[in-house]
Amino acid sequence: MLAPSYATPREKLTYFLFAVFCALVFLFLIGPILVIMPLSFSSEPWFTYPLPGLSLRWYVDFFTDERWRIALQNSGIVAVFATLIATGLGTLAALGLSRGNVPFAGLILSILISPMIVPVVIVAVAMFFGFAAVGLNNTYLGLILAHAILGTPFVVITVTATLTGFDRTLTRAAASLGASPWTTFRTITLPLIAPGVTSGALFAFVTSWDEVVVALFLASPDQRTLPRQMFSGIREQISPTITAAATLLVFFAALLMLTLELLRRRSERLRGTGG
Amino acid sequence: MTVATLEGEAGPAVDRTSLKTKLRRAERVNRARSFSLVAPLLLFVLAVFALPIGLMLLRAVENTEVRETMPRTIAALDAWDGRETPGEDVFAAFAEDLVQTQKDRTTALVGKRINYEVPGARSRFLKAGRLIDAGGGGPWREKFIAADPEWGSVDFWAIMKRAGNTFTPYYLLTSLDLRQDAEGAVSRNFADQSIFVDIFIRTIWISLLVTLATLVLGYPVAHLLAILPPRHANVLMILVLLPFTTSILVRTTAWIVLLQSNGVLNDILLALNLTTERVQLIFNRFGTVLAMTHIQLPFTILPIYSVMKSIPPSHLRAARSLGAGPLTAFVSVYMPQTLPGVGAGCLLTFILSLGYYITPALVGGPQDQMVSYFVALYTNREMNWGQASALGAILLLITLALYALFNRFVGIDKVKLG
Repeated sequence: MLAPSYATPREKLTYFLFAVFCALVFLFLIGPILVIMPLSFSSEPWFTYPLPGLSLRWYVDFFTDERWRIALQNSGIVAVFATLIATGLGTLAALGLSRGNVPFAGLILSILISPMIVPVVIVAVAMFFGFAAVGLNNTYLGLILAHAILGTPFVVITVTATLTGFDRTLTRAAASLGASPWTTFRTITLPLIAPGVTSGALFAFVTSWDEVVVALFLASPDQRTLPRQMFSGIREQISPTITAAATLLVFFAALLMLTLELLRRRSERLRGTGG
Repeated sequence: MTVATLEGEAGPAVDRTSLKTKLRRAERVNRARSFSLVAPLLLFVLAVFALPIGLMLLRAVENTEVRETMPRTIAALDAWDGRETPGEDVFAAFAEDLVQTQKDRTTALVGKRINYEVPGARSRFLKAGRLIDAGGGGPWREKFIAADPEWGSVDFWAIMKRAGNTFTPYYLLTSLDLRQDAEGAVSRNFADQSIFVDIFIRTIWISLLVTLATLVLGYPVAHLLAILPPRHANVLMILVLLPFTTSILVRTTAWIVLLQSNGVLNDILLALNLTTERVQLIFNRFGTVLAMTHIQLPFTILPIYSVMKSIPPSHLRAARSLGAGPLTAFVSVYMPQTLPGVGAGCLLTFILSLGYYITPALVGGPQDQMVSYFVALYTNREMNWGQASALGAILLLITLALYALFNRFVGIDKVKLG
């Protein structure tokens, strides 16, 4: 299937080896995630195959233990608000930049994207010092603002990508037909860029949901998030409850990926490019 | 309005200028409107992100401990020529400052700061504090030197005087394994304090290994995804994207479960009789590079894939029909065209690898910890914020330089997600 029809036997062998190599890389990519999931259904607290027996006790543990419950709740609160801020500001900025007449647009874009590039420990330490001065350490607001910053580059990137294929005559037509800028935005622009906005928002949400370093520096035990709870658990001794939490997060990731793929297709359809 | 009418009366030439002015004004308004959309996020990022980082950079050279707690001593040292042990005026001022620091409980703080440059200074300061608490008066010069002859050291006072400056190169020099002696000359730091250059080299080395590993593993996979019909490619793409969207912490946990000495991988090795005893796969360089490669692999694959996707398959066919062998066609026609993607993917992975903290902390040994780990360590444990900031500043500089390179050759706006 891979080799072209005119391939010689030696070429066919090369293609076969190439396919085997790729299969091994795919195994490497997905294997660790597949291995950890069944262990969360083990009836015993050690990590061996074959499983000694099946049980849901680690999931019961996860949902009933006070610490995990609070961590889950904190993660939810912080991620939702951080996503709202990141999506709102990021979408506006992408709209502004795409109009093509902002002075120093290149420089501004690099600044807006830089939270994705700067090592997260530097962000965490800098905010730890800076937030201490204004009393934002150990508060939900501090953590939300920090996570919003980390999420904005994703929104800017995805919305900008949607806008590059955006047909500007549509908004001009709306304006010439008497629509106010707000009406144009609401009824023309927003529906068209919605897939990009949503996938940006999903990325921003996941960034906050998975973030552990900033949470380690800025959050007190009261604001401990799910990744932070997992991190302190891993440091001591990996309990199967952590594998249960990990499995739930993998399902969450799969759901997210599915949503992103559907959004991508919808965006392509709306813009009339591709299938 | 009136002005426009007046201009209109002056003739067509003026009319055109007026139109130009109006157009320019309209453009200005339009520009301002665009900018006002960008401004909220720009201000937010500047205030909550760039400003704290700027302040952290300042902290790398800031030097206020001694200046704020020992103002009299620093003032008295101003007039000192630095040739021999200072006179009674400096010691009297020092004693006076110590009375205050004992009251404020800041003696240890000053002692700690001087201790960075003069080993043993901290305990000497604490002893001096007790000497002050014991009461009694001067002359202080003899009293201090009698308690510890080191108080008579010219070098010590020279360093004390320098520590009174508002800014210090000390932390940055230490981060580069350099030191400044009492005369101000820069030389290599003492062997037992020269740990940082090693850490930077290690960070760069691990990042290079990870980048190379992701390229070797990722390039064929990107090629496969690019040449397969979309129906099959989409299915395989899931195998790349699922790890990409899964939490780093989850993937690191998975590697711990796999690699630990009673873990799954060791079980398999034993069952296959590949080894007779359990192998140490974790808490070493191997485990660190392996887990980091796993996490970074999608970041390298995706940019290469998107470039490969844009190369028409007819190029390869043309090369073959013109007589090139399969290898020649691939190496001299196909590969050069994939270089932009290779550059983008590798540079992205290298930049992101430099900043790794969580994964080496969980699956690495003491010899595999990277710069980020030490930035965190000096912030949380050692409470040496100047050192943490200086290490962070250098790491940031390297990262931003590479980011600028990336922007120049790739363009961050070309980065695609998923």
